[in-house]
Amino acid sequence: MVVSGPPQGAPEVEMDSHVAYVLRLGDDNLVLAQRMGEWISRGPDLEEDIALGNIALDHLGVARYLLTHAGDLEGRGRDEDTLAMGRSEREFYNLILCEQPNVDFAHTMARSLFIDAWQVPLWESLSASGDEVLAGIAQKAVKEARYHLRHSSTWVIRLGDGTDESHARMQAGIDRLWRFTGELFIEDEVDEDMVAEGVGIEPPALRPAWEATVGRVLSEANLERPEDAYVRVGGRRGYHGEHLGHLLSEMQWMSRAHPGAKW
Amino acid sequence: MSGVEAPPDIRRAVAAVEDPELPFITIEDLGILRTVELEEDGRVLVTVTPTYSGCPATEVIRDSIIAALEMAGAPGARVRTVFSPAWSTDDITPAGRHKLEQAGIAPPRDVSQVLDLPILCPRCRDAATHIVSEFGSTACKALMVCDTCGEPFDHFKEL
Repeated sequence: MVVSGPPQGAPEVEMDSHVAYVLRLGDDNLVLAQRMGEWISRGPDLEEDIALGNIALDHLGVARYLLTHAGDLEGRGRDEDTLAMGRSEREFYNLILCEQPNVDFAHTMARSLFIDAWQVPLWESLSASGDEVLAGIAQKAVKEARYHLRHSSTWVIRLGDGTDESHARMQAGIDRLWRFTGELFIEDEVDEDMVAEGVGIEPPALRPAWEATVGRVLSEANLERPEDAYVRVGGRRGYHGEHLGHLLSEMQWMSRAHPGAKW
Repeated sequence: MSGVEAPPDIRRAVAAVEDPELPFITIEDLGILRTVELEEDGRVLVTVTPTYSGCPATEVIRDSIIAALEMAGAPGARVRTVFSPAWSTDDITPAGRHKLEQAGIAPPRDVSQVLDLPILCPRCRDAATHIVSEFGSTACKALMVCDTCGEPFDHFKEL
């Protein structure tokens, strides 16, 4: 397997591991919320439009809790807004999978399936974190992640097992995004520190549950599981693809144009 | 936090605050009001828990609690949000469930018995109902339709 990404080594920006750990999880949810929110008014039907918007809101809520917590841990006075709106692309630590564009409904559901199947065991494990605030957020988030997974897996099965057109698009989404899924299970020094402190979990430990869920859904959907040929990484250290900068420029333009504005 | 329980009239003022999206139901009915305490400086500290993480009503509820306490003669209250233990639809009180049904919303079932209990039509109470969309007008509700009387209705989803 080829793992491609930035050179290995210490992160360029010195950051406390606990802050980095919480910020990474917050950024996953913030970027995902922004992507899901792009569907609003463009959903395939009214109910689905509302569903996508509500799932975006769940991710945004979790992101707000996590960014607030990261800011509190850091102790430099950065709140959720400063962290969301005041950081540039290289200072975001989300998984590259989260920033991938929606493309079409099938691609979006493929991305959601991969994320949801990972977040369910992630939040289950973190519900027992030694960081009580993080544990509380995880206990809340796991309930939501379970119905997100129900939503995305229902659609992947329906489209995969549907018409020739829907099957082809669903398989294309799975194939295109597969190379970003390896990053979900990469462990680095931040994870190691947090496991040692009883705060975090080992990312590879989430893999069996993820494989089982994704395998079951793909098989029921008559979709092929792609080969693990190539893994794209870097997001956890701030190295992103071309898409994140565009996403942030849209998300942040208002607060950058009018710093500190209130209404 | 080392507050003592607030007097009953203060507690009642907070408990009567309505949910902005379901204005016939109070935050006490909904089970999101955890404690109402008096702090050492005499200010009221209210502890609530969110229903859904992204619930847009959270901030409105906080402001409504502060306003209700001002009206009750207790200005300067603080509202604290806790996540643990996480809110469950099992926390909705029997009175809250009754009000939901009166408003045409099928109340959530007991979380541990979701697979065994049918969703009853709030209009004719028939069990022959089916889901139209898992996501209705808000994140917490699914859109259903009754096969017997034809009524489309919201179901408050179990969480």
